[in-house]
Amino acid sequence: MFDDFFIRALVAGLGVAIVTGPLGCFVVWRRLSYFGDTLAHSALLGVTMAYSFQFNIALSVFIISSIIALILIQLQKKTNLPGDALLGLLAHSSLAVGLVVIGFLTFIRFDIMGLLFGDILAVTLNDIIIIWFGGALILLILKLIWKPLFASTVNYELAEAEGLNPDRAKAIFTILMAAIIAISIKMVGLLLITGMLIIPAAMARNISDSPIKMVIFSIIGGVLSVIIGLFTSLEFNTSSGPSIIAAALLLFILSLFKIKQSVQLKN
Amino acid sequence: MNDNILVKLKNAGFRIKNKWLVQSVSFQVEKGKIVTLIGPNGSGKSTTAKIALGIFKKIEGEVEKYTNKVGYVPQKISIDWTLPLRVSDFMVLTENIKNEDIDEALSLTGVIHLKNKNLGSLSGGEFQRVLLARAISKKPELLVLDEPVQGVDFTGEIALYELIKKISDELNCGILLISHDLHTVMSATDHVVCLNGHVCCSGSPIDVARNNEYKALFGEQASKTLAIYEHKHDHTHSNDGEIKKN
Repeated sequence: MFDDFFIRALVAGLGVAIVTGPLGCFVVWRRLSYFGDTLAHSALLGVTMAYSFQFNIALSVFIISSIIALILIQLQKKTNLPGDALLGLLAHSSLAVGLVVIGFLTFIRFDIMGLLFGDILAVTLNDIIIIWFGGALILLILKLIWKPLFASTVNYELAEAEGLNPDRAKAIFTILMAAIIAISIKMVGLLLITGMLIIPAAMARNISDSPIKMVIFSIIGGVLSVIIGLFTSLEFNTSSGPSIIAAALLLFILSLFKIKQSVQLKN
Repeated sequence: MNDNILVKLKNAGFRIKNKWLVQSVSFQVEKGKIVTLIGPNGSGKSTTAKIALGIFKKIEGEVEKYTNKVGYVPQKISIDWTLPLRVSDFMVLTENIKNEDIDEALSLTGVIHLKNKNLGSLSGGEFQRVLLARAISKKPELLVLDEPVQGVDFTGEIALYELIKKISDELNCGILLISHDLHTVMSATDHVVCLNGHVCCSGSPIDVARNNEYKALFGEQASKTLAIYEHKHDHTHSNDGEIKKN
């Protein structure tokens, strides 16, 4: 059944959506959207490394993104520059270095559009395995660190005082961010991964009154976005990433009506 | 070694760059005992609590904590309202607690009717009661309460202090309390530490009330009245927190 490229893309996309749902909630809660962007931009460098050394793309992206995250943490400690300036510095310089390296790799034909915006034709059976096994591992680890991560998101001092070790949870979460970018880059493309994390979560925030509900709605929103987006992509021959994100945006706009209703009810 | 000790500070201090927030603080909190920190604004009470809790890590001196079952009510808490969070979600923030225990704690602090309300919609006093309920529902061994009744109405304040005393007896937990309410402090506390950037005096409430330095700080009738106290020092503090005798 995985012979058809469209079925493969759908299975891969659903796997991505199920993982980006919960992670995206934390990205929204912890205000990490620009951090996600930085990791995603650095992913291009990871892809070029993979081509240069005949390496697995997901693994290479994961390693490079993790290194960039570590560099960021070190720069935050050692310089007086504000966080957003450091993020911008790393995002654009790693993107630039990635593009320069592509320039050197003249012997390989690159599908830049596919890299930036996702390419459903490129999803292989191997990618599906990486997405579902990698994704399951990410979710399992997220479940294990949920308590300290969530508690420190609400209030760092409470979590620290009551013995939850929030710093470790934060470090592990950073690695999970690098991992989700690595496994979803082929589907959504590196320019739009952060959108896949944020938009379904933002939609879910509009219609939820508890953290668990927000996570569930975020997953449902992501799954619907992938289904609608991929069918649109097939029908109108558009890139998969932008189609999925546009579908997510549509759901977000619909969720605004729910807010309007509940505001009216209060008045 | 005393098995009842929950947390012990030995000449503990904390500074940011060269400014001491508090220094040379020594005391211990034992099971079933209430230790109260008093002192004027900026005297290092909250800082001392955070040293005891291990929130501040790069400290001078020593702090030894013998328990991990801690309940904490911070003085200031900023919660980000990008989170959809109900009171019931907040109650299980750091530990999974049985539903009966959640209900019991919320009933004790008088806010059971708010259980399914969004945390952002509570008033200051209601939120304070929820904070206290969350800290006691864990049945902790060590309870650190940094001005736990701020913003609570007058009758509620007395009831909550009685509750704190009762919890200390029932759970046999140690309590580190920070309070401005000298009346409560003197009637319910086992050990008082009077801070002003360092320990001015400490001991049982009666000892402290008889202490000349305490009298100078809080006035003669301080153990019976809610004294509006005038501050007299035998020393001054320079900008870096260093003590100069007058």
